[in-house]
Amino acid sequence: MTAANALAAVLAFPAVAAAILALMPGYRATAWGNVAASFLTFVAAASLLFLERPAPGEYLQIDDLNIVFIVLNTFVGFTAAFFSASYIGHELEIGRLTPANLRFYHAMYQLMMFGMNLALVSNNIGLMWVAIELATLSTVLMVGLYRTHEALEAAWKYFILGSVGIALALFGTILVYMAAQPVLGEGQPSMTWTNLITAADRFDPAILNVAFVFLLVGYGTKVGLAPFHAWLPDAHAEGPTPISAVLSGLLLNVALYAVLRFKLLMAANDAAIAPGPLMVGLGLLSLVFAALMLYRRRDIKRLFAYSSIEHMGIIVFAFGMGGPLANFAGLLHMVMHSLTKSAIFFAVGSIAQIKGTQKIAEIRGLTQSHPALGWGLVLAILSIAGMPPSGVFMSEFLVVTSSFSRMPLMTLVLVFGLLLAFGALLLRMIGFAFGEPTGKDAPMHGSLAPFWLHMALVLLIGLHMPQAMVDWFRSVAALLG
Amino acid sequence: MHDYAFDIAHLLAGSLVLVSFLLIYQDRLFALLNVFALQALLLAMAVAWQAYIQGAHHLYASAAIALVFKAVIVPWALHRMVRRLGIHRDVETVVGVVPTMLAGMGLVALSILLMLQLTAAAENALAREDLAFALSVILLGMLMMVTRRNAVSQVVGFMSLENGLILAATGAQGMPFVVEISIAFSVLIAMIVIGVFLFRIRERFDSVDIEALDHFRGERR
Repeated sequence: MTAANALAAVLAFPAVAAAILALMPGYRATAWGNVAASFLTFVAAASLLFLERPAPGEYLQIDDLNIVFIVLNTFVGFTAAFFSASYIGHELEIGRLTPANLRFYHAMYQLMMFGMNLALVSNNIGLMWVAIELATLSTVLMVGLYRTHEALEAAWKYFILGSVGIALALFGTILVYMAAQPVLGEGQPSMTWTNLITAADRFDPAILNVAFVFLLVGYGTKVGLAPFHAWLPDAHAEGPTPISAVLSGLLLNVALYAVLRFKLLMAANDAAIAPGPLMVGLGLLSLVFAALMLYRRRDIKRLFAYSSIEHMGIIVFAFGMGGPLANFAGLLHMVMHSLTKSAIFFAVGSIAQIKGTQKIAEIRGLTQSHPALGWGLVLAILSIAGMPPSGVFMSEFLVVTSSFSRMPLMTLVLVFGLLLAFGALLLRMIGFAFGEPTGKDAPMHGSLAPFWLHMALVLLIGLHMPQAMVDWFRSVAALLG
Repeated sequence: MHDYAFDIAHLLAGSLVLVSFLLIYQDRLFALLNVFALQALLLAMAVAWQAYIQGAHHLYASAAIALVFKAVIVPWALHRMVRRLGIHRDVETVVGVVPTMLAGMGLVALSILLMLQLTAAAENALAREDLAFALSVILLGMLMMVTRRNAVSQVVGFMSLENGLILAATGAQGMPFVVEISIAFSVLIAMIVIGVFLFRIRERFDSVDIEALDHFRGERR
């Protein structure tokens, strides 16, 4: 198998699977079909790591940067599909969903994976935009799946805010084309990423500046950066839980990837404004804002949605600061956050099914009633809050140390935000885990295997990061400048 | 010939901005849809004119899509939907018309100042002005989305925003066709989504007024 075939497979598996799953009867078969397709996509993506890369084409490319995202994306896509297969049957039994809903859900799941994978491997800024839009629309439909008041409102809000964001991003994309066109000529070459980056220093810096602002606000809306984050908590709280895991773990990363690509373009032009300070500012704002909001949550999925905003803030801050160490930290933090947060959502899905509610006040004493789940949740919350020895601790530590020497004042804000969030999460964790168990005690359906797999990876990387991975991330960090 | 070409393009793009203002002060849903159809028609003409003066024949396709899809099918479908669902026919605003108009004027001034300044070095005056107008239409569409309460007028605001995007994309010389097609497609998909949503909302509530859903915002207690 050559890398070009593997690349085609990463796109073809989800696309074909979406069509097949839309036609296949029976929810059990579609659920496992979804898992199988996700697994095959993951295998194809992982094989890209070992195969020699093809030269970038007109539309598609594989380089050091996007391969990190693709492997992570397909891996979490697979584990979330597995969790979903064990989880979603119960939603059918309690009558929240119908078999037709489920068929639609599985087809949309693969369509979303296709959109995200296409966005990551595209070598054309127009194609990337289309792919992100596709991924967004398919998630909108999944967020509205339960058709309750809340789900519809959440989906509508997500749709409207997401569309405005994506429209601004398109305007930014058009501006980039206009900056490139006098240099690279009309048509396709002026939208191809690999051409753009080599010629970026000859572009008109004024147009690039404005383009970047549009792109940052547009794609930043999808990253969930404050103050454009309003859709994120609702979308996470009201959709099916596997989708919350995928939204936090993957879709936010894909939008971040787009921001990073354009940041590279800005950095390649000496006369353009430095993109770093804008990203540092937005990142810190998101971090502190989300950390404060964590204290007032009453819904468990909303709590972790705000925690995602907080972590995206940290990641954008790290990438905004730039330099080999901060980029390394940002990249590591992104991977750790995806793994930990999706694991948390797997656990939360099971908890919500046991207790029949998402209200924080009604979830108590899990370590007594369900020891494995309860202690697992304690471990996961401690990890996401940044306690050692989890990988999140390591990446946050790297972010803080690298910023101390370069922007001490900003570091104070950063540490303040981190401590605030830590306090809020710890407070909630004690509530969930300890005390007298209350509320309903329905049997648990969701499999905990994906949860433990993610947590094991996070702890393993926190304790000892393999040398190959260190070298790999170091080279990507160098590429990011 | 060149001046003549420039003037007509300028006229059409300028009228799009003007119609955006008309959209802002409509207080009846049907009138709003009619004005939107007019804007789509103007867009189709603007795009077709660009296709003619740039000699870019693929742009005629974009013009045709704008004409058939946006100026005819979508307004017709929304008309039907409003009538069938018995939606409240008034446009409910969050902010009064006068402050909205003033804000709109401010946004247009901003976009023209920004874009003309920005592209001062570019030799193509047509592209510059088109871009300034396009940004105005985009910002006005966004303004409409935030100052309206009911779902249908938010949808119209969004489509008007998309009109601005298409104007910008055609003004950029030789922008690949892929992009125009994709814009058309995304609008199509977006419409399906919106349709699905409106009908679902109708299934559950007696109104497509977003305000009716509003008390669920934020935290459930």
